[in-house]
Amino acid sequence: MHFEFTEEQLMIKQAARDYAQRELIKDVIERDEKAIFPEHHIKALAELGFMGMLVDPKYDGGGMDTISYVLAMEEISKIDSSVAVVMSVNNSLVCYGLEKYGTEDQKEKYLKPLARGEVIGAFLLSEPEAGSDATSQRTTAEDKGDHYLLNGTKNWITNANSASTYIVIAQTHPDKKHKGINAFIVDKDTPGISLGPHEKKMGMRSSDTHSVMFTDVKVPKENRIGEDGFGFKFAMKVLEGGRIGIASQAMGIASGALERAVQYSKERKAFGTEISNHQAIAFKLADMAVRVDASRYFCLYAAWLKDNHQPYGTASAKAKLYAADSAMFVTTEAVQIHGGYGYVSEYHVERLMREAKLTQIYEGTSEIQKIVISRDLLK
Amino acid sequence: MKILVCMSNVPDTTTKIRFKEDNTKFDDAGVQWIINPWDELALTRALELKEASGGSISSITVACVGEATTEPTIRKALAIGADDAIRVNAVAQDSYFVAAQLAEVVKQGSYDIVLCGIESSDYNNSAVGGMLAEFIDVPSVSSVSALNIDNGTVSVNREIDGGKETLEVKLPFVAVVQKGIAIDPRIPNMRGIMMARKKPLTVVEPVDADVLVEYEE
Repeated sequence: MHFEFTEEQLMIKQAARDYAQRELIKDVIERDEKAIFPEHHIKALAELGFMGMLVDPKYDGGGMDTISYVLAMEEISKIDSSVAVVMSVNNSLVCYGLEKYGTEDQKEKYLKPLARGEVIGAFLLSEPEAGSDATSQRTTAEDKGDHYLLNGTKNWITNANSASTYIVIAQTHPDKKHKGINAFIVDKDTPGISLGPHEKKMGMRSSDTHSVMFTDVKVPKENRIGEDGFGFKFAMKVLEGGRIGIASQAMGIASGALERAVQYSKERKAFGTEISNHQAIAFKLADMAVRVDASRYFCLYAAWLKDNHQPYGTASAKAKLYAADSAMFVTTEAVQIHGGYGYVSEYHVERLMREAKLTQIYEGTSEIQKIVISRDLLK
Repeated sequence: MKILVCMSNVPDTTTKIRFKEDNTKFDDAGVQWIINPWDELALTRALELKEASGGSISSITVACVGEATTEPTIRKALAIGADDAIRVNAVAQDSYFVAAQLAEVVKQGSYDIVLCGIESSDYNNSAVGGMLAEFIDVPSVSSVSALNIDNGTVSVNREIDGGKETLEVKLPFVAVVQKGIAIDPRIPNMRGIMMARKKPLTVVEPVDADVLVEYEE
C-alpha cells in the first residue's frame, strides 16, 4: 500500500487548479447571481481534455484514471461546483455509460464528440414521482418495431438545455416492473422534446437545470443501450461511478471552504490577535480538516477500486454519504469563522455552503446511500 | 528555425521559505517546485510562435541545469508543448556556473533563438541571460516584452526609460524576456500530460566551470 500520486496525476491536479484559480474565480459570483451557464469555461475545459478525461484515447478521450478525476474534481469544485457538475455528468454518467455499455456504432457516433467535449450530455432518470425510487418510471418507451416512441416527463435534469445528447431511462414493459426499463440515446433536437423553465435553485445556480417533456418522441431502435430490459441495471451501474464524481465534488467544496477559512483566520484580528490564535477557531479548523481528509481518502479509495476493476459500489456510496455530509458541516463552520463576511457573496463561503446542500440530495440522497451501505452490510 | 528556452526549477512563489541546520541550508521539505514564472512565459511565447509559424519553427527545446529531482518540472514543460528537453546533471550553483553549462548546450544544438527569463524567482540575480550570450558570442537583447516573427523578420520590443523600443534582430540571438512576453502561462492539456514521458529528455554531464559565489561558513 502506498499513498503517492504519480507525476501525471499531480500534473492533472495542478492543471485543474490553475484553471480554477485563474479563470473560474473571475466570474463565479456573477454567474451564480445571474444563473448564467458557464459555456466558455466548459469549452476551455474541453480543450484541456477535462470533459472526457476518463474515456479511452481510441474514443478521443483523455485516457486518465479515476484517481486523476477525483483530484481534478476537487480543484474545480473548490471554486465552482456548477462547472464541476457539468464535468461530472458528462464524464461519469454519460461518457462512462456509453463507453462501458454502448455498441461500437454508438461510441463512434455519440461517445467521440462527447469525449472531445464538442458537445455535452445529460442523464435523464429522475421524474416528478421517481427520484430516489428509480424503479417507478412513468416515462414510457413503446416498442413500435423499428423505433421506440417516448412519452413522459423527466425532472431536475442537469445540462438539460446545453446538452446535445441525452441518455433517457424509460419503461418499455410495465408488467415486468424494473426489468422492463430501457436506456436510450436521444438527440436533444428530436421533434417532440420540450423543456420546462430554468429551475431557480438555491445553489449551483450557474448549471442549467430543467424538466424535459417527451411527446411521441421517435427514437431509432439502434439507440437502445444494451439488451431489452437492461435500462435499470444500466442506470444503477452508471450511478455507482457517478457517486465518485459527486463525492469528489462535495470533498472539493469542503476543501475549498477550509482553505478560505484557514486563510481568513490568519488575517482577521479580534481581541488583539489573529482569530486563528483563539482556540475556539483553531479547534473548528481541526475538525474541518479531519472531515476533509477523511472525505478525500474515501473518494480516492473508491476511485482506486474502480481503476483496479474491483467492486466499488459500496465504497462510492460511503464516499458520497460522508463527503456530502462533511461538506455541509465544513462549509457551515467556514461561514461561522468568517462571521458577517461569511454571509455575503464576496467571500465565497456562503456560496460553497449553498452548493454543499445539493451534494446531499442529487445522484442519490444521503438516505439512499445509507440503504446501499446497510444492504451490503446485512446481506 | 530552432528555439531553445532555458528554464530554472524554482520553489512555488507562495512557498514559505524556511531554513534548516542552524539556518545554513534551505529546507525543501514539502516545497512544490515549478517552472520559473518568467521562463514559463518565454516557453508560452515560443509555443505561440511555433503554432503560428506554419512549420518554419521546427522545434522548441527546453534546457535546465539541475539534478534528477528537477525532472517533474522539466516534464511539465514537455506537457505544455516543448518538443524535447536537455538536463545538465548538476546543482545550479550560481549564475556563472549555470550560464557556462547552458552555453555548452547552445553550442551543441545550433539554436536560432535562445530565450531566458529575465531572472529566476529564487535568487533573482538577473545574470544568466547576459552571461550566456557572452559565452557563446552572440548578441543579446535585454528586458524583452514582445517577440514577433513576421515573414522571417524577427523583432522585439523592450522597455526603456520613458517608453518602448522596437528592434529588428539578426539570428542567432539571446532574448532575455520579462513580463508581457506572453499573457498567461499555458495550462497543459491531457494529451500533453500523457505525451510528456514519451518525449526525449536528454541528460548531459556538466562541463568544468568555476563557481564565483563564495559562501561564508
